[in-house]
Amino acid sequence: MSNNPSGHPVAHPAEILAPNAWGGMSFQERMATAEFRIHHQPHIVVDGAVCADCSTRECVVACPANLFVPTSDGGIVFNHEQCFECGTCYLVCNREGAISWNYPEGGHGVVFRRT
Amino acid sequence: MTAPDVDVVVVGGGPAGSCAALVAARAGLTVVLLERGPFPGSKNMYGGVVYPRILDELIPNWWEEAPVQRWVTRRSTMLLTETQALTIDFRSEAWGKPPHNGATAYRPDFDNWLAGHAQAAGAQLITSTTVTGLLRDASGKVVGVRTDRPDGELTARVVIACDGVNSFLAKEAGLYEHNDAKHFTLGVKETLALPKHVIDERFGVRGRDGVDIEIIGATGGVNGGGFLYTNLDTIAVGVVLKLSKLGAQQQRPEQIIANLKQHPAIAPLVQDGELKEYSAHLIPEAGLTMMPKMTTAGMLVAGDAAALCLAAGIWLEGVNFAMASGMYAGEAAVEAVRADDTSATGLAGYQRRLSETFVLKDHRKLRRAPALVLSDRVQHLYPGMVANVAERMFRVDNPHPKPGLRKIFAQERKRAGVRRRDLIRDGWTGFRSFG
Repeated sequence: MSNNPSGHPVAHPAEILAPNAWGGMSFQERMATAEFRIHHQPHIVVDGAVCADCSTRECVVACPANLFVPTSDGGIVFNHEQCFECGTCYLVCNREGAISWNYPEGGHGVVFRRT
Repeated sequence: MTAPDVDVVVVGGGPAGSCAALVAARAGLTVVLLERGPFPGSKNMYGGVVYPRILDELIPNWWEEAPVQRWVTRRSTMLLTETQALTIDFRSEAWGKPPHNGATAYRPDFDNWLAGHAQAAGAQLITSTTVTGLLRDASGKVVGVRTDRPDGELTARVVIACDGVNSFLAKEAGLYEHNDAKHFTLGVKETLALPKHVIDERFGVRGRDGVDIEIIGATGGVNGGGFLYTNLDTIAVGVVLKLSKLGAQQQRPEQIIANLKQHPAIAPLVQDGELKEYSAHLIPEAGLTMMPKMTTAGMLVAGDAAALCLAAGIWLEGVNFAMASGMYAGEAAVEAVRADDTSATGLAGYQRRLSETFVLKDHRKLRRAPALVLSDRVQHLYPGMVANVAERMFRVDNPHPKPGLRKIFAQERKRAGVRRRDLIRDGWTGFRSFG
């Protein structure tokens, strides 16, 4: 664990992605079990400038797909590709305008398994 | 004014949408059922148990064809501390036979099957199509939807919004007063593969019989609950987490599942299960407190979109509320179209049906239950207190004689730091909800 600029402890991405971090499996391997039909156009856009002075950063902890990653310069990078489209991030976000949230284009995004 | 394209547009091919479309199409209305995923159910995830008795009316003998995994014949409620577990375990042979009670099922299977019935009734299913907004006339009445297809506007006499927990349509129509993280929980789940005979042995069941385990006290500092369900050759293990607590506790969802899986009472049940799928979904947890207005001119809201999910501790239901509300929305739409009045007044049959049936009756009766179940005392103090009482009751501490239960209880209440008046107040709330 390390501290982000606000002093909150955050799991470093490298720790989360390390093999055997949780239950004998890396986070990448965990996410690889779910199917995503990726659309090139992001359905969620995060304005890192708005995030820069956010001290709570609940999205980083709460996103079940771990898509919000703090950067060394105090911003946040977001990648839409493995998104469960759950809605957690915009609900926990307390910064107006930080997250613009839409569903992906029809037929794209997460596809839960039939068996 | 030109005639609408269809009588009814249903947005969302989940259990609410398919039941709405089924009812409206059977009554002879023209119905389009829009689904943003590549097939109905592809976006839908839950813990694992559906209670389908509401289908008796719509699909007689549904149990002969519904794609279920196992019939739940054993229900357990577990109370965990780090080192203890107290379980109430109930089994019934009756639930293994028609008309059954609960069943585990994969949502992409179950929802797809139900949508097939809507299609067979004449509804036109259009998949891979995301609805991007509402069409409204000058008076503000909803008259259709916009989709992400080219020329994708579709006009209708009635729009039934079954667009799920985030319901952007209900929000766009102004039906939600607020949209607060504290009303939602995040469900995260691991589907683990195990051979069927291993599942049968570990959980003490045979054939198509299955187990439903609900767990409290297993989510660390984050208020919520755990679950463990048996499918045929997989098990589903996961947690439901109060959104407003996740960030504050700095605990990641998959970490909380990992902790649950390592608990001494859970680890032997899930051991060697190979992760087949990791998944997540939001749950509208707060019941009556968060429910939107469900009717506006030209539009009805059903299922998760209307927050019709019952999260009351010992009762965790959602698909049945979705199917019922969808069915009643379909009936109300039929009435309104036949009477040629799809104003809010013309659609009032929906709210009346919800009020007269279990859909709102259960929610009214249990309106205090979700907050009680997720309260700090129920989550963080009572499990330890009750487990300690059980431990001392069952402990043979010779040469000391057995202490009386009242004395143990009073001591453990004090040790847990539970004030008597809080316990009485929670007991009364619980009694009024569940009694």
